[in-house]
Amino acid sequence: MATDPRQSVLGEGETAANGMPQLDFGTYPNQIFWLVVALGAIYLILSRVALPRIGAVLAERQGTITNDIAAAEELKLKASEAGRTYEKALADARAEAHRIAEENKAEMQAELARAMEKADARIAEQQAESEQRIAEIRENAMANVEEVARDTAQALVEAMGGNADEGRVNRAVDARMEERA
Amino acid sequence: MAQNEAATLVEEGASHGGAAAAHGGESGLNIHPMDQFVIQPLFHDGAVGMFTVTNSTLWMAIAVLSAVLLLVIGTRGCDVVPSRAQSVAELAYGFVHKMVEDVTGRDALKYFPYIMTLFMFIVLANGLALLPMSFAPTAQFAVTVPLALAVFIAVTALGFIKNGAAFLGLFWVGSAPLVLRPVLAVIELISYFVRPVSHSVRLAGNIMAGHAVLKVFAGFAGALGIFAVIPVLAIALFYALELLVAFIQAYIFTILTCVYLKDALHPSH
Repeated sequence: MATDPRQSVLGEGETAANGMPQLDFGTYPNQIFWLVVALGAIYLILSRVALPRIGAVLAERQGTITNDIAAAEELKLKASEAGRTYEKALADARAEAHRIAEENKAEMQAELARAMEKADARIAEQQAESEQRIAEIRENAMANVEEVARDTAQALVEAMGGNADEGRVNRAVDARMEERA
Repeated sequence: MAQNEAATLVEEGASHGGAAAAHGGESGLNIHPMDQFVIQPLFHDGAVGMFTVTNSTLWMAIAVLSAVLLLVIGTRGCDVVPSRAQSVAELAYGFVHKMVEDVTGRDALKYFPYIMTLFMFIVLANGLALLPMSFAPTAQFAVTVPLALAVFIAVTALGFIKNGAAFLGLFWVGSAPLVLRPVLAVIELISYFVRPVSHSVRLAGNIMAGHAVLKVFAGFAGALGIFAVIPVLAIALFYALELLVAFIQAYIFTILTCVYLKDALHPSH
C-alpha cells in the first residue's frame, strides 16, 4: 500500500487508517474546521432569516385562521339574531293582524248592533205610528159605521112605516153595537 | 448502478494519486467498501491541511446550500397559503419545534435555532450522501464526535449555570433506597459520560455501515456477471432502508439532544 493516496495524509509508517479512513486523525482538523463553518453558516441563516420568517408565516396563518373563525362565529351570531328578529316580527305581525281582525269584527258587530237597534227603533216607531193610524182609522170607521147604522136603522124603521124616534133608534143601535163589540 | 459509479469515482480519485495498481486491475472480487470514506482534497493532490477544500467540504457545502434553498429560497413568498417548498420548510420547522417543545419544554425554545441547525445539517448530509458519487460527512467520527461533544459540553455547562450545584442531583436518584444511591450515582455518572460516545458513534456507525454494505453489494454485482441482478436488487431494497435510516438517525440525534437539554434544564428525576 505504499502508493495509497492516504499515505500523503497519514505520513510515513502510519497505517492505522487502512481499515477505517475515519480513524485517520490527520484529516480531523480539516473536517472539524469545515464542520464548524457549515454549522455556523446554517445557524446564522436559520436564526437570522429562515426561522423568524417561517415562525412569522405560521403565526400569521394561525392568526388568519383564528380571525376567520371569529368572524364566522360573529356572522353566525348575527344570522341567528336576524333569524330571531324575523321570527319576532312575524309573531308581532301575526298578533297585530289578529288584533286588527278582532277589532274589526267587534266594530262591525257593534255597528251591526247599532244599525239593528236603529232599524228596530224605526220599525217600532213606524209600527206605533201605523197602529195609531189604524186605531184612528178604526175609530173613524166605527164612528162612520155607527152613523151609517143609525141612518140605516132610521131609514128602515121609516120604510117599515114606523115612527122613527131618533132617540130610541140610537139607543137600540148603540146597544147592538155594544153587543157586537 | 449508482454505487458502482461511486466506486469508480473513488478508484479514479485513487488513480490520481497513482494508486491504480493498488486497487482494480486484478480479476476476481476486489471490494473496497471503506474507500468511499477517504477524505481527499478536491483541487490538488497531496496533504489535507486545516483549510483544504476536500470532498467532505464539498458535500457539507452542498448540505448548507440545500438548507438555504429549502428554508430561505423556498419560503421567499411568505405566503399564508404555502408553496410546495414552503410546505416542506414549515413541516421541518414544525417537526423540530414540536420536538423541542414536547421533549424539553417551552422554556427550551430559545435553543430551538441550534437544535434546528443540528437537525437540518444531519438530515441533509445523510440524505445527500445517498446520492450517487456523493460523500457522507456524517459517517466521519471527525464530524459526529464534535457534534456530540458540542451538545455534551453545552448541556453540561448549561446545567451548572441554570441549576448550580443542584445539577448534580441528576446523579442522585432520590426515589431509590438510600443504600443504593451511591451505587446508582456511579452508574448515572458513567452513563452520563458515555452519552457523547453513544451519541456520536450511533450516527457515524449507522451511516458508515449502510454505505459500506451498499458498496459490498456493488462489489458483488461487479463480479457476478449475469447474476449481478441479485445484488442490484438487494442494493435497491437496502437503499430504501438507508433513506429511512438517514432520516431516523437525524431524528434520534436531535431528540437525544432535546432529552439531554431537558436534563440540564430540569435535573430532578
